[in-house]
Parts: sequence; C-alpha cells; structure tokens
Amino acid sequence: MYRISDKKELNPSVVELDIEAPLVANKAKPGQFIILRVDEEGERVPFTVAGVNKENGTVKIIYQIVGATTKKLSMKEKGDYIADFVGPLGVATKIDGLKKVCIVGGGVGCAIAMPIAKALFEMGAEVTSIIGFRNKDLVILEEEFDKCSKNLFIMTDDGTYGEKGNVTMPLKKLLEEGEKFDEIITIGPLIMMKFVTQTARPFGVPVTVSMNPIMIDGTGMCGGCRLTLNIDGKKVTKFACVDGPDFDGYQVDFDEAMSRGRMYGEFERHAYEESCNLFKKGE
Amino acid sequence: MAEINMDLKRNIMPTQSPEERAKNFSEVALGYSEEVAISEANRCLNCKTMPCVSGCPVKIRIPEFISEIKEGNFEKAYQIISESSSLPAVCGRVCPQENQCEAKCVRGIKGESVGIGRLERFVADYHNTFSENEPKKTQSNGKKVAIIGSGPSGLTCAGDLAKKGYQVTVFEALHTAGGVLIYGIPEFRLPKKIVAKEVETLKKLGVKIETNVVIGKTLTVDELFDMGYKAVFVGSGAGLPNFMGIPGETLNGVYSANEFLTRSNLMKAYKENPQTPIMKGGKIAVVGGGNVAMDAARTALRLGAEKVYIIYRRSMEELPARHEEVEHAMEEGIDFKLLCNPVEILGYNNPDDIRDSRNNFVKGIKCVKMELGEPDERGRRRPVEIPHSEFEIAVDTVIMSIGTSPNPLIKSTTNGLEVNSRGGIIVNEDGLTSKEGVYAGGDAVTGAATVISAMGSGKTAAKAIDEYLR
Repeated sequence: MYRISDKKELNPSVVELDIEAPLVANKAKPGQFIILRVDEEGERVPFTVAGVNKENGTVKIIYQIVGATTKKLSMKEKGDYIADFVGPLGVATKIDGLKKVCIVGGGVGCAIAMPIAKALFEMGAEVTSIIGFRNKDLVILEEEFDKCSKNLFIMTDDGTYGEKGNVTMPLKKLLEEGEKFDEIITIGPLIMMKFVTQTARPFGVPVTVSMNPIMIDGTGMCGGCRLTLNIDGKKVTKFACVDGPDFDGYQVDFDEAMSRGRMYGEFERHAYEESCNLFKKGE
Repeated sequence: MAEINMDLKRNIMPTQSPEERAKNFSEVALGYSEEVAISEANRCLNCKTMPCVSGCPVKIRIPEFISEIKEGNFEKAYQIISESSSLPAVCGRVCPQENQCEAKCVRGIKGESVGIGRLERFVADYHNTFSENEPKKTQSNGKKVAIIGSGPSGLTCAGDLAKKGYQVTVFEALHTAGGVLIYGIPEFRLPKKIVAKEVETLKKLGVKIETNVVIGKTLTVDELFDMGYKAVFVGSGAGLPNFMGIPGETLNGVYSANEFLTRSNLMKAYKENPQTPIMKGGKIAVVGGGNVAMDAARTALRLGAEKVYIIYRRSMEELPARHEEVEHAMEEGIDFKLLCNPVEILGYNNPDDIRDSRNNFVKGIKCVKMELGEPDERGRRRPVEIPHSEFEIAVDTVIMSIGTSPNPLIKSTTNGLEVNSRGGIIVNEDGLTSKEGVYAGGDAVTGAATVISAMGSGKTAAKAIDEYLR
C-alpha cells in the first residue's frame, strides 16, 4: 500500500497528488511514468511523473478526472492509501546538450512538460514555453512555468485567459521570425502533438512527442501500447512502455494512435457513468 | 500390499462436460478421488530402474510417492514430491507429462502409462485441502539472495534456496506474485487460488515477496549487490510479444495473446462488471498453435464468443500445443483452420463518415492456404504458400499468439550480462551467466518454453548458487 502524503486541487478537474514511494522517487526522471492501481479490483493506469521529492521519498502525479479510475482516485484524500504504485517506467526525456528549447504543453499534459522545462532551465538551457488550455478555469502551473521560461505564452481556446487560440499559433510565429530551437518538446492531446509536429516540419526543427497509449503491465509484456513509426519509408512497430514514451514526432503515425486510443471508448463512458452513480449513492 | 492393477488403460480423469465448461471459468479437470488415485497408483510396477524419474526435469522420486499413495499415505506422498518440487499442485496440472515422466513409463509400452501427473495433482490437492502441517523454516545462514520474477523458475529457485537457509527476496514487477501462472495460464486450467496457496507456502518457508518492483527500472542488478545480496537469479520471463508484420496488426481488436490473457486473468476482465475492459463476444481468430494459443482461444470462448478459430500454418500433426489441450479445445467447439496463414487483417472503413465508431475496428482476416514442403533444420516440414489461394474469414477480434522475444530491460541495465542473437541470456549448464554471481533461467534464457522446464532451470540454478555461496 502506498500513502498519499499530499493532495491539491489545481483546478476543478485537475488534481495533484504526492505519493510515498521512496524507491520510485529515488530513480524517476522527467519524462518517465508510473503505473498505479487505486484498489485491489482496480485497473492499471499509467501516469507520467510530474516531480519527485527524494528527501521525503514522494512522487508527484497530476491528473485530470476523465474516467472511472481517475474519479475513484480523486475520492482519496491525504493520508489515504492506494493499492499499487510501480515505476519509474519508460525512458527519460533526453535533454543532454540542449541549449535552446521550446516546450509546448496542452491541458494536463503541461503537468508532464513542466518538470522537463524545469530540468532544462536548471542545466542552463534557454526555455520558451507555450501552454494551452480550454479556458481560464483549467489553467495550471503558470507560476512554475514562468519561473523556468525566458518566454511564456499562455493560450486558451476561448480567450478567457492569455491569448485566444491554440498553441501552434505562437509556435508558428516564433519559427517564422527566425527563432532557432535545438528541439521542440511537446506533450498533450494527440491531435495537438500532431499539429505541433506539422507546424515545425517546414522549419526542420526536431520534435519530440510524449505518447500515452493504453497499457497494462508497462514493462514490455502485453504489447497493448504498440504504435507505428515510419522510419525511412518503413513501418516499424514500437512499444511505448519500453521504447518510449518519447518518440520523434515526424515518425509517429498519430492517426493510428488516436484511433487506438478510442478502442474502449464505449466501455469507459459506461464505467464512468457507473462510477458517478455509485459515488452519488454514497453521498 | 495391494495387487498390481494390470488394466491397460489408466483411470479416466473426470471433467466438466464440454457444453458446460465452455460457458464457465471453473477448472476443466476435476481430479481423482482417493479410491481412483489408489487404483491408478496400483498400476505402477515400482521399477527399480525408475525410467520415469529420468524424464522429470526436477527429478521427483516418482515410484516412491506412488508407493505411498498405494498405502493411503497421501500426506507422506506429498512430502516426497515437495522435496523435489516447490509447486506440486501447479505441475500436476500444467506439466506436459506425456512427453516427460509418462513418456518413459514401462506401462506405456503396452497400454497407457501410469497417470503420474494426475496422481501428483491428487496428492497436492489432498495436502492443500487437509494438511495442517506448516512447512518448516530452515535456520537462516544469513546470506541474502535476490530472485527477479515470481514465475515458475523464480519461485522454484526461491523455494529451494529458502529450504537451504538462504534469506530469499523475490522481486515481482506486477502487483501479484506468480508470473505466467497468474497472468498467462487461465483459471479453468490452473485456478489462481492454487497459485496463491503455493506462494503462501513459500512465504512460510521465509521467502519475502516484493511486488511492484521492476528490476532494470526501480532497482538494477548491480544495486542488488550493493544492497547486500550475494547472488541474483534472473527469471524475468519471455517478454515482448511477436507480431507477424502484416498489414492491419494495429487495428482496434487485434491483441497479442499476452495482452488478451493478461486482461482476462490478471486484471479479471472475465468477471462481471470488470474495471479492465476486454473485447469479447462476436467471432474471434487466434493465430498460432501453441499452448498459449489454446488458452487464448478457450478463454475467448468462455468470454462469450459465438465462434472461435485457431489459424495455424502447419497441420494437426505439427501443432506444438499439448495433446490434451488441443483435444479439450476441439471438444469445446473451437474451429481449427489448419494449413492456413494470415496475410492481412482487414479493418472496417466508412469513407463517407470518418466519425463512424466502427472505423479502424477489425472486420476480418485474409489468409492463404499452405501445404507442407521440405523439412526445416528442426525436422519440421516447412509450410509453403499455395498460390492464388487467398480467402477471408469474417472476425471481430484477432489474437496473435506467435511467441515472444526476451525482454530487454534487465540486459540493457546490467553491466557484463551477455545475451545471444535472439536476446536470450547466455548461461552455462549451471545457469550461471557471463556475470559473476548472476544466474538465470526460464523463458528469459530459452524464449517461450514450458512451466516445468523453467522450474527445472530454477532448481539447477538454486543448486549452483548454493555451491557458489557455501
């Protein structure tokens, strides 16, 4: 059992948890992920590490309440326990040698982008951050990004905060103005990462994307997280859990990944409704 | 002493009827009663040369335990088995005895061999039901050994070392101990409570089990030595599922057998209102002919499939699965499409509506017919495509069960650990790897093989580790 040592609500649907897992805290690097189960009957769900505190032996995750499991997890309070917590899994984001980087985060993906921005800042790189949200209420981690970014652009779909529009707008402008990034690192919804990659393509800037497919074991056993890369005209199958979660954005077949992400859509909607009804009954 | 039972046929194993069992996840074989077990034991001639023992990878003293059954001393029989095997109730169910101990049985020359596996299962179940004997903890010798993976090789190695007084810790990546016995082999062939019971027995021997630790990630092999472990056994299993490399393998509704079985077994997707989803019902094609393919096909059937096909590129004779499993699968109505090979998985695609929820879901599988040609290097006749023989089968789900490749996690994080061209860890006859103090066994070495061969390698390594640390 793993104790929740702290809990914060970053906005009405996004929660930050610190969980006591010293072995994981000792090893986890930005870009890696963990898998947890809320209780003995629970499903295994991956979450990217949003930070660690080695002294306290805690690992931070930030998640959006979107389905039955995240709903159930959001009912846990500080001091409560979750059944399982394993990691760190996957390969850490490669940031060695980068001097000038653009971080593009979308929604709760910003929670994963932030520790990478921070790590880059701490090693002396110049960081430009572009973070996008649906509206003002959903904005998270503004202060944290501000601290480690030379330039920070905040975008909202409805213009209720920052600039109105999506993250590719300032990115395109910067690239057109001749900004030379060593790399663009983007984390967020698949559709956003796809368009960030398309925006960058004419300028030839390397793009790293963070994939978050459905997975079970997270150690390379089940193969559920497979995705297709197009490498020199050849289709290559990769496993996000052991080969990723970071991939070269130009190689990823995003349309296939989006389609695979919808595989259990109906089941999930049903499970979410069930869980909501269950919690209502309990209230 | 009772008279030798000279019946040429062995006592029949009672099973659930095929119609009944195809709809539930309860165990197929029901086990011998005491009377039947004694009758079967009396078929054993107690040969002095003990050919059966030579066929057993863990060298169980078979005639001795069978002699105890003849006398009704079932618990004594169990003690004899448990001296050689850490998992008797498991082996009695999943070992391919017909190719091992039973293949060497003298009674098999004229008639059927003694049902050694069935007797082993009877004895283990008797013990698990009636025995109040707690396993005896050996006085600790203070030396720590780490075992990576709690599958059959790891548990065997752990049990043998604990009995010799070592302080054994087993590190398991998943949330439940048992490895393939839990996530791979389905409930109807190996009830999970039996695995849990065997794991409990090991804990009583003093074995510590740490779940949720991925060696190669959470800790490395080198760090285990820093933590004071004097030897390490790697039994991390086979790992990455293979795919055929044909179009359509990433469509929704295509699973590896590992994923399909893990969802059903480990994540309990077979239960009502599961929290982990699985695609079930409809028509299902399983590609492959091994035991795992049979497990996947029979699981799919029990999950409510209206039709299940096994697609295998060779003929019935070459099917690598255990004979009993194939027979059970056929009785249950699994349709064997032999001498067939998939060339493409077909997906639904509505060009008029990109939002059609059926888009990118499997709708069929295209195969070619095969014929057997010249034998390959292993002596199996090579399947050759018959030109222009394509045909399609309408299915909703495809399960790829064509083997696995070793997991790279441990190799890539352990200095000085050598692997072969297929990624399997290289070991000598004692299970010793290229790195001092590190031993390995099971599928991590051989690639996908059997539970008992993994147990045999765990046993060999335990003996070598004891000699190394003594």
